[in-house]
Amino acid sequence: MIPAKKIERNRNNPNGRKSTWNMKPFWFRAALVTSPGALVRLGAIGAVMLSVAGAFAFAGGWLSPSRLTQDRMMAAFRDANGTHAGFRRNHAKGVCVTGWFESSGQAVELSKAAVFKPGRVPVVGRFALAGGMPFQTDAPATVRSMALRLLPPGGEEWRTGMNNIPVFPVNSAHGFYEQLVAFTPDPATGKPDPARMKAFLAAHPETVHALALIKKRQVTSGFANSTFNSLNAFRFVDAAGAPTLVRWSTVPVQSVAADSAEPSAAGDKNYLFDDLIAQIAQHPQQWRLIVTIGHADDPTNDATLPWPEGRRQIDAGTVTIDQASSEDSGRCTAVNYDPLVLPSGIEPSDDPLLSARSAVYARSFTLRAGEEHEKRPSAVTAQEVQAGGRP
Amino acid sequence: MITQARFPAASRLLHWMMAPMIVAMLFIGVGMAASVSARYDLLVSIHRPLGVAIFVLCVVRIVNRFINPPPELPDTLPFLQRFAAKASHIVLYALMLIMPLVGWGMLSAARYPIVLYGPLRLPPILPHDLTLYAWLRDLHTILAYLLFATFLAHFGAALFHGLIRRDGVFGSMASWR
Repeated sequence: MIPAKKIERNRNNPNGRKSTWNMKPFWFRAALVTSPGALVRLGAIGAVMLSVAGAFAFAGGWLSPSRLTQDRMMAAFRDANGTHAGFRRNHAKGVCVTGWFESSGQAVELSKAAVFKPGRVPVVGRFALAGGMPFQTDAPATVRSMALRLLPPGGEEWRTGMNNIPVFPVNSAHGFYEQLVAFTPDPATGKPDPARMKAFLAAHPETVHALALIKKRQVTSGFANSTFNSLNAFRFVDAAGAPTLVRWSTVPVQSVAADSAEPSAAGDKNYLFDDLIAQIAQHPQQWRLIVTIGHADDPTNDATLPWPEGRRQIDAGTVTIDQASSEDSGRCTAVNYDPLVLPSGIEPSDDPLLSARSAVYARSFTLRAGEEHEKRPSAVTAQEVQAGGRP
Repeated sequence: MITQARFPAASRLLHWMMAPMIVAMLFIGVGMAASVSARYDLLVSIHRPLGVAIFVLCVVRIVNRFINPPPELPDTLPFLQRFAAKASHIVLYALMLIMPLVGWGMLSAARYPIVLYGPLRLPPILPHDLTLYAWLRDLHTILAYLLFATFLAHFGAALFHGLIRRDGVFGSMASWR
């Protein structure tokens, strides 16, 4: 206890601070904490501080090593694909494209987003192959993706990443992680462990069902005649605030040709990208943005489930791509195609994958941004694009 | 009981308004950086406008501090504790001000839209640059840990004043009258 009298004396001394300087203990009086009561109180303070620090550590995931965090997801990608500094952790092999979206105005009745008003907005896009290997050889069955960044005036941009599969193979972040781990090649054999894959599929009937639908899809000859699907559901919100459940797709204007499955491009590891670059150089490539309107009971929180046939569709406009460039110099490289970058007028549904994708993309983006200085040239080089898609 | 001058009402109001905001911000921040769950999107959508609110309130608070200076610490406070009190407050103010700016800057460098609410967005304040983003993103984390450590020290010191020293310093801020 501090003798109150002494304090009074110090207070009243006009030179208080200076004159009491040498009378003051340097730290605190040992006597303050020798009484049992004070010791208990000091212990209580320590316990409170420790609890707050513990709660902070818990929130950060440090106390729960089995929790699926962004770091664990990144570790799974690294184990599956190796380390490729500076590249996206998934959909690592890609090219940048630019062009525009010309809205038909038909989506205005469903969404107040500025991007749907009749007119043109610039687009910065990216075509890529699924998987974290930036130098993988193009193959017909590899999942293809189209990512778009639509930039209407006013800064309310819209980013979307779509795949050429009808449904997603998993419906949760945990499912994605377990699939990634189960299908990772065993270092000893160079192949995924069949027992692990079997166990995963046994635990995930939704994936078995989805993979069957994915296998049945029509694989076209290239990016330019592929249909890309949003997979996740969203909500369009109109000017009056009324929501509409939607999924969207980009459907090629180019005539669809099945993959010839012939090694016509034998020797060209980048044949899908090179074909696309050559086609764009020849003529702008176009896709219609088709919005499918869901019924109230259509599944919105499970991307493995297709919506029934015959749902109403509207043609929201046309995406035109008239220029390609290598990722090494392209405008898509420094962009995270986060599916939750949405204008007001488009909102996420209750699909948990949307939040998971946003979180994982953000961490991947942060990691590769920090590795930018050690990044190797991309598989599809600037020279290759300049040569019109010839390796 | 020792009479210790209280903080002016405006200062107490600002302190107690911002305290839960900053603590919530730290927990939201560390939580969302680890999360892949459905909470991630919700946490991010709180984190951004809350950071802006803290920044605005912090500017108000600095102005208020000049208008309404805080009471002197008791003379009995030993030199090291006095120094720790002054230094930790400078660090707290600096971080309250810098953290939102680093956050705003890093989102700008990454060209993420900085959504406040609905159509309301902040403009970017830095060029679109991956390396700059990576640097600011790391800085944001480091400063967040420093802010949490300083908050914890501040909280512990307040309890120490209130329960051990009982010198009126705790009551000078924690009083509702």
